[in-house]
Amino acid sequence: MSTSPTTPAVHQLPEEHYLNSTYGLRSWLLTTDHKRIALLYLASVTFFFFIGGIFATMIRIHLLTPNGYLVTPETYNKLFTMHGVAMIFFFLIPSIPAVLGNFLVPLMIGAKDLAFPKINLLSWYIYLVGGCFVLYSFATGGLDTGWTFYTPLSSVYSNSAVTPAVIGIFINGFSSILTGLNFVVTIHTMRAPGMTWFRLPLFVWAQYATSIIFILGTPVIAITLLLVGLERMFHLGFFNPALGGDPILFQHLFWFYSHPAVYIMILPAMGVISEIIPTFTRKPIFGYTFIAASSIAIAVIGFFVWAHHMFLTGESTYAALAFSLLSYLVAIPSAVKVFNWTSTLYRGSISYDTPLLYSLGFIGLFLIGGLTGLFLACLGLDIHIHDTYFVVAHFHYIMVGGAVMGYVGGLHFWWPKITGKLYPEFLARMAAVILFVGFNLTFFPQFILGYLGMPRRYHNYPPEFQVLNVMSTAGASILALGYLLPMLYLTWSMRYGKVAGPNPWPATGLEWRTPSPPPTENFDVTPVVDWEAYDFKNRPDLGLTQPSGPALSPAHGDD
Amino acid sequence: MHRTGDLYGQFETLEQQKESATLGMWTFLITEILFFGGLFLTYTINRHTYADVFSFSSRTIKLSWGAINTVVLIGSSLTMAMSVWSAQVGKKKLVTIFLILTLILGTVFLGIKGIEYHDKYVEHHIPGASFDMYFCTNNPGACNLTTEELAQERTELKELEDKVGGPVAVNAHSQLFFSLYFGMTGLHALHMIIGAGLLLWLIVESMRGRFSPRWNTPVENVGLYWHFVDIVWIYLFPLLYLIDRH
Amino acid sequence: MQAQLPFYPDQASNFAPSVDALMTFLILVSLFFAVAITAAIVFFFFKYRRKSENEVGYPIHGDMRLESLWIIVPAFLSLAMFGWGAVVYVDFRHAPQDTLDIYVIGKQWMWKIQQPNGRREINELHVPIGRDVKLVMASEDVIHDFYVPAFRVKMDVVPGHYNTMWFRPTKAGTYRFFCSQYCGTNHAVMGGWVTVMDPSDYAAWLSGSSGTDSPLVAGEKLFTERACVTCHIGNGSGRAPSLNGVYGGTVRLADGSTVTADDAYIRESILVPSAKIVAGYQPLMPAFQGQLTEDQILSLTAYIKSLQSQPIPATGAGVLTTGKK
Repeated sequence: MSTSPTTPAVHQLPEEHYLNSTYGLRSWLLTTDHKRIALLYLASVTFFFFIGGIFATMIRIHLLTPNGYLVTPETYNKLFTMHGVAMIFFFLIPSIPAVLGNFLVPLMIGAKDLAFPKINLLSWYIYLVGGCFVLYSFATGGLDTGWTFYTPLSSVYSNSAVTPAVIGIFINGFSSILTGLNFVVTIHTMRAPGMTWFRLPLFVWAQYATSIIFILGTPVIAITLLLVGLERMFHLGFFNPALGGDPILFQHLFWFYSHPAVYIMILPAMGVISEIIPTFTRKPIFGYTFIAASSIAIAVIGFFVWAHHMFLTGESTYAALAFSLLSYLVAIPSAVKVFNWTSTLYRGSISYDTPLLYSLGFIGLFLIGGLTGLFLACLGLDIHIHDTYFVVAHFHYIMVGGAVMGYVGGLHFWWPKITGKLYPEFLARMAAVILFVGFNLTFFPQFILGYLGMPRRYHNYPPEFQVLNVMSTAGASILALGYLLPMLYLTWSMRYGKVAGPNPWPATGLEWRTPSPPPTENFDVTPVVDWEAYDFKNRPDLGLTQPSGPALSPAHGDD
Repeated sequence: MHRTGDLYGQFETLEQQKESATLGMWTFLITEILFFGGLFLTYTINRHTYADVFSFSSRTIKLSWGAINTVVLIGSSLTMAMSVWSAQVGKKKLVTIFLILTLILGTVFLGIKGIEYHDKYVEHHIPGASFDMYFCTNNPGACNLTTEELAQERTELKELEDKVGGPVAVNAHSQLFFSLYFGMTGLHALHMIIGAGLLLWLIVESMRGRFSPRWNTPVENVGLYWHFVDIVWIYLFPLLYLIDRH
Repeated sequence: MQAQLPFYPDQASNFAPSVDALMTFLILVSLFFAVAITAAIVFFFFKYRRKSENEVGYPIHGDMRLESLWIIVPAFLSLAMFGWGAVVYVDFRHAPQDTLDIYVIGKQWMWKIQQPNGRREINELHVPIGRDVKLVMASEDVIHDFYVPAFRVKMDVVPGHYNTMWFRPTKAGTYRFFCSQYCGTNHAVMGGWVTVMDPSDYAAWLSGSSGTDSPLVAGEKLFTERACVTCHIGNGSGRAPSLNGVYGGTVRLADGSTVTADDAYIRESILVPSAKIVAGYQPLMPAFQGQLTEDQILSLTAYIKSLQSQPIPATGAGVLTTGKK
């Protein structure tokens, strides 16, 4: 088993870097350094991932038997609701943008920091305040509306602590908005000399597309959930039919954000994959412009598909036809990405390092998630599989198989940059394989459950569904191990890992042209970019030999 | 990041800093449009569904205050624009004067809004447990209505009941109107209050002479924000006050 | 169950074979892409394994022909999936003429069902084989969803709205139905059994016991009790239009527009009469919002529907074309 491509030279940590330039709690809590803020986010999203994970574990244990012996129906409903709220609003949405994006966007474009460092810190505090409201809701009565907060269940009938939860999510929305605003401005105005738009790493393109959604979508969910809160507190009737309101209006407003929110979760992960694959094949990514453009296309078209969540609410047949067609349209840019990633492997110099394993796992899982999305966008099929476990399996393939694999893969890839240390390679490869196997075992049976007709959000179920549920729970226990392992060895490596050096893989991005960990100001001198993205050929500084073998005509490509 | 003069550490040049700040403000305003957009959509749909009750409820708001406030706010936009211009041409005194004028007009607007809210409080038109569209017709003394107005309101309420199905529905749907009224004007007023705070900060800075033709982006950006808040009101006024005046 | 994959549930309605065929098509297309891409990845993964430490890959930047190929091919396949899915869906959303109408009311956490003759069931539904059945559904509280996996049909039941769905049972037996829109604490137990019977058995079952009035009879009683009859006089001489032949017909409104007199229109005209005034009449009718239960509205609608076959008076009907069959 060959370990990562270390050069014979023994590396030393730089004398002063962003982690040791100042000390003390104050220097962290009042920092405006994007790299430190990224670490603050890393700690807080990990906390929420843990909370959400505990809920998920209890759900899976409860579903071992048809009549569920672990918790009462009320508690079960709270578990899946709180699992969704914690995971979606407080882990998945901020995970890659606020942790990896915060750390990397300025480094990748050659800037000293984001355009608005204080606003960046503010957005972390807003996230914390929102998080506290939600935790308060969890602790005092819980939340049993489903993460979708459908009215009038959430605004009138639920007896749980809905109000603090919607206030928390409302507040948290501003954290996303400010992060998105910061990224958009930074990417527009802070690029280093020579860093043109089409030399940008694809991760930056993905962050840009994500930020568009943050800016345009988040305010709508914020105001919508605020209305739900007001409706609850003052017995107003925006969405309550008994008082003249319309519950379907809520669904339109909710999905106008929450469908694009899916792309908030997956686009940054796609960006991570687009960084990892060229690095570990040591060749330019296949179809750079198509991958960049498809990110923007997904962000834009993603805003016009929301009512595909509502095919069976009684919406007009014409609306359903239009939204189904548009949903198929958004599948095409995703397909383009998958084809391009796969083609990048062709004639590469492929190393079996952990980040690549995560990326290939991502492609496999995203492929299944994306293809099953076609089933749900298909009007005739959606009649049967809507609101069943088929949907549950589908979006977990996208959000966990896709977004979380991307996030964990990205953490491994940039871990040497963030901490200056290498993680233990063998354990990391093991964890990647365990995650992939555990994930499929957990969620693939749920597709079958769904087609057999098991509705989602059921605390008990007919006995004929038991075998598949037991498989799913067994898979979940493997999955849990797969998540615990990286948490342990990554923490371990911060102290005991081998020193990585500035560019251990090596990779072509600007972030690898500065020491690991980087100095507070990111670069000693402002870098000037005179190479294209992922160009291993014209980069003698990377110390690689040049390609040999038969020449290839530019139009060649028979894969 | 340390600041040298007007230049913050993360930027290379003042140009870059200015471009970033302006782009940031525009992006923020786009977010704001969508933020208000959700409310406008909810309003429009309900206005369409409950046209009769909404026009009746709208008529109980005093048009005169709304009209005065519109003029006040447009005036404040003018003074704001003047202070931006003064900063660009380097008339440092004028910047301060126009900023103070803008702040005064903004405060007048909020004061009038306060009077309007108080009227609604007296009339029991604030959504919640004590909401009652019939309070004035039942307690003629409390609302300062002339006999004529009172008779008019009684007839209209009666007609409305027949149309929508009784007093319960009248109260429910007009409460919906007033929820949206207070939601939208309240959110707008909150923006005004934040704007007033920003103006205060600008006034202090401009008295220190910080704004020059070379660096006046804060004035420009607060100006953008102020005009945006103004434009929101230009939409709110006809939607809430003028929907059914003949 | 012949030639069915093991993870397909029973096929017991007209929609089941068409949905399953669609499913098979999508599975085949997906399998093709999943296998092809996975095979390519695995093959490249081993074939292009890094041979020496400092080796780089061969720089290929892209290929326009390939890019167009993998934009156009998925686009066409998507269109095919969309088109086929749309055909099934449009069929599902448009009930045929002459259906057997069964009323379904969802409330936390039970289903109340009423057969055309008034026989009531709770969490059970009996339907005859071979007959087009239409469920007319309303909710008393939150959003529910009536889902019969063996029929491959479901539809949300939304408070303040009427939703309908139809199917034609094809196979006798008992099948589960579920609530599939999360509706609160006991969402998971808000289900029951659909019994599909031979038409003769169904008729026998229906006549077995009829504890309450049929919706039609109840509606007729309400029509008198609530004094509807004093204005809506059958011969058209009343202060309100005659309702004979109105159901399913086209009505001219005071503002010059026309509207089809379907369930939703009748419901609205009962609850908020002023919303759509029939041409030539004054807005005199009191609104019944909050004064009738969903049951009662359904009964009144059933009664008004039965007036479809009554002779339409020359004047005073407000009907342009009738829905009379």
